[in-house]
Amino acid sequence: MAVRAEAASLTVASPPLDERSKYLPRLVVRALEGGERGHVGSSMSLVEIMRVLYDDILRYRPQEPKWSERDRMILSKGHGCIALYVMLADKGFIPLETLDTFCRRDSILGGHPEAAKVPGVEASTGALGHGLSYGVGMALAARIEKRDSRIIVVMGDGEINEGSVWEAALCAGKHKLSNLTAVIDYNKIQSAGPTREIQDLEPLLDKWQAFNFAAVDVDGHDVSALRNVFRSLPLAADRPSAIICHTVKGKGIAFAEHDANWHHKSKIANDVVAKLYAALE
Amino acid sequence: MRATCVNMVYELAKRDQRALFVGSDLSPGLLDKMRQEMPERWYMEGITEANVIGMAAGFAMEGYIPYVNTIATFITRRCYEQVAVDLCLHDLPVRLIANGGGLVYAPLGPTHLAIEDIAIMRALPNMTVTAVSDAKEMVRLMNCTLDWPHPIYIRLAKGGDPVVSREENGFAIGKAIPMRRARSRRSVVLLSTGVMTTSCLGAAELLAKDGVDVSVVHFHTIKPLDEEAVLEFAHDARLVATVEEGTVIGGFGSAVTDLLVEKLGAALPPLMRIGLPDAFPRKYGLQEDLFEVYGLSAEQIAAAVGQSAKREKVA
Repeated sequence: MAVRAEAASLTVASPPLDERSKYLPRLVVRALEGGERGHVGSSMSLVEIMRVLYDDILRYRPQEPKWSERDRMILSKGHGCIALYVMLADKGFIPLETLDTFCRRDSILGGHPEAAKVPGVEASTGALGHGLSYGVGMALAARIEKRDSRIIVVMGDGEINEGSVWEAALCAGKHKLSNLTAVIDYNKIQSAGPTREIQDLEPLLDKWQAFNFAAVDVDGHDVSALRNVFRSLPLAADRPSAIICHTVKGKGIAFAEHDANWHHKSKIANDVVAKLYAALE
Repeated sequence: MRATCVNMVYELAKRDQRALFVGSDLSPGLLDKMRQEMPERWYMEGITEANVIGMAAGFAMEGYIPYVNTIATFITRRCYEQVAVDLCLHDLPVRLIANGGGLVYAPLGPTHLAIEDIAIMRALPNMTVTAVSDAKEMVRLMNCTLDWPHPIYIRLAKGGDPVVSREENGFAIGKAIPMRRARSRRSVVLLSTGVMTTSCLGAAELLAKDGVDVSVVHFHTIKPLDEEAVLEFAHDARLVATVEEGTVIGGFGSAVTDLLVEKLGAALPPLMRIGLPDAFPRKYGLQEDLFEVYGLSAEQIAAAVGQSAKREKVA
């Protein structure tokens, strides 16, 4: 319970979830039910970030996923993929029913997303700390082609323990990639426990600024605040942006919030599914 | 070979807008002309191998053909997960130019000796693994790299290596080149890769003087392995010896023996794998010194093969 107490003290006071922010987590539970497993907490903390990106910010064509002018969204924390699958289903990249096949033998939806299988998935992720470097390459390519695509890389807080993230950050800062945005899902709990205990990231905003990013903190469940900050991109004309989204692991599921034990669950039985749905009422 | 290879990157970039260069922390002034003429396709990103591979992957996802260059041990060991996931899982046309394959950096010690690069690169799905014999052959390889759809590992030798390859033999990725054909069917066959082909040709000369009839087949591509060539030459051979400047565990010799065991079964010819033992090199000196330590000089190859062939004849 120490885990919960520690993380709870860091929680932001988000506004109540609206109907859409209750509907989308229900789709997450639908996939969890289909696969009888999944990264519950890591997906739930991402829901509003994904929602705002796909509802209000990103430029894309569901029927033409490789459209060259699209914005690129790389979910570098691939284990949060259910939150992405839900948006891809909601927007018509994939049929809604595909969510029911999550992690099944012949499904296109694995426990980590694969670009070759899922329309709308930019890169295969799962091994952590890879996405920001892809983003650097993509942002430089857009610059060469004078294409105004934005590159958005969503990372987890545990993920940014990886040294490769900071190599990529050095590189992005050096090249002043204003078309590149790093988004951190800062739910403050990694697999083993609170980030403050496992590998403290603070002062996190200062770190990104020190790597020559324009960085800002935002409540990662406040849809209106997220819209505002994403709409203001780039945060600086001559620097990459970093948006540190303060989130709650397991957001919306009262009994799972802030609980590292809900990072990932396997053998999710029907009674647990019922509890998850009930929590979202 | 090294200068030829990087200069070819510039030549290819002039020919094809998709080609670009990404280095880590290489010699000052490297490809300066390219840097000046096409700065948007020349990158030197510092000692950040994981990032350099991922960045190249990002470029390749957008349709570019990045040529990534750094020291062989760092482009393989340091960022193996990036090579596996970023390049091989996505099956992207990124080219890894690996300085100092094998024992080239002898004086610098084991941190810089790429003894297992071939083994670990060939274990990755979708990866193509190459080790040409000389600078002329490097040009032929590089000319093929614009249109090859998979990642390629390009192992470089020391530079100034004797030229043994020949234009008339042609060049295609995955196609071995017979360098010397024995007169008789039941001959000794040396299968080699990289600059070991030069040593094998020297060994073949020495063996010929002793009346041992030898074929030498050069595998500039280790993966995909030219299985047809291996089987053609191994069939009826008195002895098949593989020779490589790398560990015998999982390397070129392993690829050949795996194939032969699987395809020939009871008809397997006597096999011999010449390469580096399962140990980090403990001596310094020059590359040639380490060749001698590990029995990779032409004379030592000839002696080892000659002895073995003699035994087989007696048997």
